[in-house]
Amino acid sequence: MLGRRQFIVRTAVASAFAAAAPYVARAQGGPIKIGEINSYTAIPAFTLPYRNGWRLAVDEVNATGGVLGRQIEVISRDDAGKPEDAVRLAGELVNNEKVALLAGTFLSNVGLAVSDFARQNKTFFLAAEPLSDAITWAQGNRYTFRLRPSTYMQAAMLAEEAAKLPARRWAVVAPNYEYGQSAVKWFKTLLTAARPDVQFVVEQYPSLGRIDAGATVQAIAAANPEAIYNVTFGADLTNFVRQGNTRGLFERRAVVSLLTGEPEYLDPLKDETPTGWIVTGYPWDQIDTPVHKRFAESYRAKFKDYPRLGSVVGYETFRAIAAAIGKAGGADAEKLVGATRGLKLDSVFGPIEFRAIDHQSTLGAFVGKTAVRDGRGVMVDWRYADGRNYLPPDGEVRKLRPQDT
Amino acid sequence: MEFVAVQFLNGLASASSLFLVASGLSIIFGVTRIVNFAHGSFYMLGAYMAWTLATRLSAGPLGFWGAIIGAALAVGVLGAALEVTILRRIYRAPEMFQLLATFGVVLVVEDLALLIWGPADLLGPRAPGLRGAVDIFGQRFPEYELLLIAIGPLVLVLLWLLFYRTRWGTLVRAATEDREMAAALGVDQRRLFTAVFFLGSVLAGLGGALQLPRETINLNMGFATVVEAFVVVVVGGLGSVPGAYLAAFLIAELHAFGILVFPKITLVLIFLVMAVVLIVRPHGLLGRPFVGLPASVVSPAAVLRPSSPAARWVGAIGFVALLAAPFALGDYALTVATEIAILVLFAASLHFIMGPGGMVSFGHAAYFGLGAYAAALVASRLAAPMVAGLFVAPVVAGLAGAAFGWFSGRLSGVYLAMLTLAFAQICWSVAFQWAELTGGDNGILGVWPPAWAAPAAAYYYLAVALSLSAVLLLRRAIRAPFGYALRAGRDAPLRAEAIGIDVAATRRIAFAVAAGSAGLAGGLFAFFKGSVFPTYLSIPRSVDGLLMVLLGGVNSVSGPVIGAIVYTGLGEQLVRFTDYWRLAMGVAIIALVLAFPEGIAGFAARLADRRRGAPAEDAR
Repeated sequence: MLGRRQFIVRTAVASAFAAAAPYVARAQGGPIKIGEINSYTAIPAFTLPYRNGWRLAVDEVNATGGVLGRQIEVISRDDAGKPEDAVRLAGELVNNEKVALLAGTFLSNVGLAVSDFARQNKTFFLAAEPLSDAITWAQGNRYTFRLRPSTYMQAAMLAEEAAKLPARRWAVVAPNYEYGQSAVKWFKTLLTAARPDVQFVVEQYPSLGRIDAGATVQAIAAANPEAIYNVTFGADLTNFVRQGNTRGLFERRAVVSLLTGEPEYLDPLKDETPTGWIVTGYPWDQIDTPVHKRFAESYRAKFKDYPRLGSVVGYETFRAIAAAIGKAGGADAEKLVGATRGLKLDSVFGPIEFRAIDHQSTLGAFVGKTAVRDGRGVMVDWRYADGRNYLPPDGEVRKLRPQDT
Repeated sequence: MEFVAVQFLNGLASASSLFLVASGLSIIFGVTRIVNFAHGSFYMLGAYMAWTLATRLSAGPLGFWGAIIGAALAVGVLGAALEVTILRRIYRAPEMFQLLATFGVVLVVEDLALLIWGPADLLGPRAPGLRGAVDIFGQRFPEYELLLIAIGPLVLVLLWLLFYRTRWGTLVRAATEDREMAAALGVDQRRLFTAVFFLGSVLAGLGGALQLPRETINLNMGFATVVEAFVVVVVGGLGSVPGAYLAAFLIAELHAFGILVFPKITLVLIFLVMAVVLIVRPHGLLGRPFVGLPASVVSPAAVLRPSSPAARWVGAIGFVALLAAPFALGDYALTVATEIAILVLFAASLHFIMGPGGMVSFGHAAYFGLGAYAAALVASRLAAPMVAGLFVAPVVAGLAGAAFGWFSGRLSGVYLAMLTLAFAQICWSVAFQWAELTGGDNGILGVWPPAWAAPAAAYYYLAVALSLSAVLLLRRAIRAPFGYALRAGRDAPLRAEAIGIDVAATRRIAFAVAAGSAGLAGGLFAFFKGSVFPTYLSIPRSVDGLLMVLLGGVNSVSGPVIGAIVYTGLGEQLVRFTDYWRLAMGVAIIALVLAFPEGIAGFAARLADRRRGAPAEDAR
């Protein structure tokens, strides 16, 4: 009964908002259902390209006959950025929609809430985007895997570059929440290990989304650092850059900046993109490996838009799920856990593997410098930093992650 | 020294930005008494519209400033339209009820902005001729910030001239001072209210548009701004425009210098300032007590009658349905029913102080969250059993409520509501920042019930048993002598005192009881979700509670129960069926508000009265 009513409402909604209708694959008979949860209304700038990415992956998989001869059907939900809503929706997807596994999430606390649900309910969960190290380490569990490179990995990539700079006096600016604090903690630890002569002369922690950019820039300038490590992103980053440019904060100072090369955060800066910042990101317009080219072309053909980093994450999350189901020979949670440990995949960034030791994928990021070309920000002099090279030694990882899982 | 001077200028620039939004809100509230959540949305729309105009019009100064002015005026027209089409119809509803409608507008605007302007952040053009920086004390200071510093006081002077040198301004002041008296003297309230909404919204739009060369335009800028603007308005004194500037100045400067000493203070500074100001000066810095403003949110005419036989039958059938639910519903439907049962208790606890107590709370989530954290900490740090956690939750929250009641003794109305908000935000920032204890924003995980309560049906019975008992106890208290004393204190504090009721003590006890009940709901919620996060005591959860109570009806004991069921059920359904659930939810809320201006339960009660042929109440 409920099923039919849902279907009718869904069809009605689909005709009203064609683009917005929940995604239902054209599967006939026994599709494999996958539950997907993300913060679509809370973080649209990142999650809408992400949704395009996974839709492309699902269409590709289904067009080639699906997995194990079955189509994939994704049932997608919006958690509105609230972990408690995500937990309810996870229950809905598992108990009501009878999905075989869960995927998605962007915010770290939402990702952690769903991963804890997965542990409690013995449901397979592939965390797509949350960066918190806790997902695979401190709060890691048997049923949770993660695709995107963690805070530690991205901070390690930048610490490596920062150690090559002559600068000794460093400033730090990071949003005041777990991600910002962890990103600073690892950067400081790793940079100090490589360069015992550096010191951190000023730290600013504006509230997420509420930076008082003028005052923050001035506070950093007053300490006269030689280099700046920036963790802000999105609206905070743009406001920081504007005030910093006008006030000359970035002149004669090196800046290393987390995530700033991702199109989601770089593109809004347009011709005001600061030049010469060392960043992690995704130079989508310059990667010419065959796998990436094919991905970018199909993406542009399907959505009339260029891919963002979120698109890659969404695409690879669902390709990984398809590969894991194929390898496991079914969508049973225990079998999926076994199959995903050590699962190898040819991603659009290069070969990746889901590590058996901590369930983290070795997807990396591109490290390069920012520049302005034709009135928009781009990454230049970039290289692909393979995630496998930016994780602590196995002995360390075992200490960071509970080993009974 | 040079640095101090420049940082002072930074503070002044921020103060101007804050003041522009807050002044509009202050004027609207001063005259209409509407808690206008949509003010932040108008601010956001001003920024988006200015962006559209500025990127379409010529790149010169004419195009840029034309875009700013055009956007401000367009937002003003939208504000006036909101007043004429929606708010005008519900002025006779209980106070605060209009808040519901404006919240519906917020949801609608958020989704429409996403549809029109897309998800990506937008960067506006810089102001022509003001792109660069000037040298001040050897530091580079942006020219545009200097302009902003000037605009704030300029708008303040213009508003002063408008209010003190024009007839219209005199009328606005008269209405701010004593609305009923102004109406009695023949001031056309309708035109005045529309004009005030236009002016207030123009200021919001202008505030947003002027951020164009300064900040990115994004979909989150509205909600954060409206909360800050409200704080500024209250700290300055409701309806006082100079007070708003003074408050904006104070907050911005404290912020500019505060981050040098405590870089993490930004989270809570503004609420700390508000808490201190309200405790020291209960009417804000430059505010005066209102004349003719009833202390309560309900019309004093509302008298509680014993339940009608029909209502008793509905209750009995509902009780049987509750017991039978696990045999009819699947696991997921049961978890939704559990969630609703818990939120019913949350809403009922808020109603306890809002309805019979006449004290509005904008921060009721504080007690819900404190209960949840207390339960989770006892369970995870002390490895105590769930029962202990469920016992500790209401105790901790109740004690916090008692402490808060002690601080808030002198306050009433919106000032009290804003102090509850400040308290909730301070609790939130502690939960957010004290990562060693609370896990920060990553929360506390693994707070699952023991095996006997883990099945959906078992936890459902547990939640229903506790929630129902607590709701019935609250209901009993409302109808007991304590409830009569509470209502007497609400409707006629002086007379209540005269017959020997200690009004302040009654209110403090009510606060503690309500907080304890909310804490129990929070504890149940923690074990239900298996984890606790700072979102449990964040503003949106407080707003949810407020919406449930208002939607159900403040005047009725069954109001919060119905409100919680409708609001939670609606949200749960819509979010699964459409990506544009905020749009649908907003439209649904506005429709419900227009259809049931006394809340759903209030409407049902009136319907029942009419059928019984009882004399119609005074239609207020």
